[in-house]
Amino acid sequence: MSVITYRQALRETLRAEMHRDEDVFLIGEEIGIFEGSYKITEGLLKEFGERRVRDTPIAEEGFVGTAIGAAMLGLRPVVELMTINFSLLAIDQIVNHAAKIYGMFGGQTSVPMVIRTPGGGGQQLGATHSQNIELFYSFVPGLKVLAPSTPGDAASMLRAAIRDDDPVLFLENLGLYNSKGEVPDDGDQVAEIGRAAVTREGSDITLIGYSRMAVVAQQVAEKLAEDDISVEVVDLRSLRPLDRETIVESVRKTGSAVIAEDDWLTYGIGAEIAATIQEGAFDFLDAPVRRVAMAEVPLPYAKPLETAALPSVDSVITAVKETLNAVGRRVG
Amino acid sequence: MTETLPVTAGVLDERRLLDAYRTMRTIRMFEERVHEEFATGEIPGFVHLYAGEEASATGVCAHLDERDAISSTHRGHGHCIAKGVDVKAMMAEIYGRATGSCHGKGGSMHIADLSKGMLGANGIVGGGPPLICGAALAAKLQNTGGVGVAFFGDGASNQGTTLEAMNLASVWNVPVVFVAENNGYAEATASSWSVAADSIADRAPAFGMPGVTVDGFDFFAVYEAAGEAVERARAGGGPTLIEVEFTRYFGHFEGDQQTYRTDEVARARAERDCLRSFRARVMDSGLLSAERLDEVDREVALLIDRAVAEAKEAPKPTAADLETDVYISY
Ligand SMILES: Cc1ncc(C[n+]2csc(CCOP(=O)(O)OP(=O)(O)O)c2C)c(N)n1
Ligand SMILES: [Mg+2]
Repeated sequence: MSVITYRQALRETLRAEMHRDEDVFLIGEEIGIFEGSYKITEGLLKEFGERRVRDTPIAEEGFVGTAIGAAMLGLRPVVELMTINFSLLAIDQIVNHAAKIYGMFGGQTSVPMVIRTPGGGGQQLGATHSQNIELFYSFVPGLKVLAPSTPGDAASMLRAAIRDDDPVLFLENLGLYNSKGEVPDDGDQVAEIGRAAVTREGSDITLIGYSRMAVVAQQVAEKLAEDDISVEVVDLRSLRPLDRETIVESVRKTGSAVIAEDDWLTYGIGAEIAATIQEGAFDFLDAPVRRVAMAEVPLPYAKPLETAALPSVDSVITAVKETLNAVGRRVG
Repeated sequence: MTETLPVTAGVLDERRLLDAYRTMRTIRMFEERVHEEFATGEIPGFVHLYAGEEASATGVCAHLDERDAISSTHRGHGHCIAKGVDVKAMMAEIYGRATGSCHGKGGSMHIADLSKGMLGANGIVGGGPPLICGAALAAKLQNTGGVGVAFFGDGASNQGTTLEAMNLASVWNVPVVFVAENNGYAEATASSWSVAADSIADRAPAFGMPGVTVDGFDFFAVYEAAGEAVERARAGGGPTLIEVEFTRYFGHFEGDQQTYRTDEVARARAERDCLRSFRARVMDSGLLSAERLDEVDREVALLIDRAVAEAKEAPKPTAADLETDVYISY
């Protein structure tokens, strides 16, 4: 095991997969000469050359479509979209093409493509640059959506995404790139796509998150442990396919649940999780399922507004305590 | 540098020359000051500075009035100032204050002032050109005589939205001027690589409009080309594409290490700077004196000082403002 950053985990996995499979190549804005806006592709142009590390003009719809076409003919493109906000310029190619081609053409050709892209607010970049719109893709049959929260998962899940034969949207997070964690040295862990993880066992309540909020959930659990509250944390890891079993099993055990999400509340990822819980664990629930999400506004620039809009350790703690109080356990 | 003024420069009286100089100087000092303040850590987020490119916004907007609208880019401070947006409100916006142009909700990349026909700096590359087609359509349908100007970068010139907007503007014959600001790079990507045509202006015939490339360091060259284009648009003659060429003086954004370029900025600053050449030419031709120009410099310096001081003092928005202005009614 080595302790490395989420960024390094991604970079080393890309590099290893490019060595493993000649068909894997990279496409994106500023990924070559500039080595990536967030330096995920550092050194890769030098190592693999322009044939396999392809800078693009600014034309998201054009180059995502290009990746899809190349994947249809057997290559395995890994596209970097600078941030998920700019995926909106490519959403037609992703939703009307990548997601449809296998099914609509009766299984003739798959689209073994990965789109890597970071989401996340909190950096005062304003409304167009701070969105968490992974829901748009999680909604669409034909796409897979992965959202690792740790360096270890970033590595094993990116490896799985690249080796998977379906189109995968791989959600990274601006706030996680510098986070550190253990990653196995042998470098051949391939995650099973579609599995959530119980990343901390507990008995009082289930706290569910993904991406940045899975990290926040861990922090919440640690803090509440000081007050003798035992929180079980479920990191979704995969938004589609969704591991309903793991969610339901945990809530059946604890009897209550809070969902922490960085996207908007209405119709958000948490709404699907809450529905999953009531379908699978209704008789086990001692309190209504609560969701903590971003305020339903275009994320403002000024710090006090941005802070007020985003879910935080504190706002999740409040929701957990209120839920436990509703259960009848007085936790103040 | 040539010492002759283009013919149209002759129609610029002393007041208009001074206005142009003041605008360029205001943009320059605004950007240099934001650069300094950013380094202190007080200004957050992504800030893209327009220093070096002043002649474009200034030379184009000198032809515009309150009927006219502009769309801008992530590098929008210069466009805002040239279209008359209040410098103090801009600075307050960058500082995230309640007194800012957008009450602190937008930030540097999203400054807008609809009362000035400034349809917004734009965080999305290629976001502006379609909007300005709409503004021009509105002007045409409402018979205001207004025109729309879309400022966009060389990088944005490759975006589908920009190409669609150029075609649409010609198909509908709406009064638009497309101003492609070619500063040589989109982030670190050279326009000589990303633009497949020999120049951005070369694309104009494919969209049924005239195209011209001008020296973007030369206020008078931009002024002349824009004058023709704005006049044609107002008269119902359709859109024009103007490519202005220059160098941005600072990094792509504040914090950019600029590993992708070497001495071109120092050379441009020394040999081609728009403010320096403007001064030389109006002084050599006896149109304005050094004293008068220096006086403008002092006035602008004072204004920028005040804008920063007031922005720092201004109140920040509070959590109570979070849900305002999301809908008209809900
Ligand atoms: C749709 C979209 N893609 C990518 C980006 C990231 N980005 C911001 S500015 C920029 C470069 C723009 O270059 P150019 O149009 O030449 O303008 P300049 O910065 O040179 O003024 C990029 C890629 C973005 N903001 N929006
Ligand atoms: Mg540029």
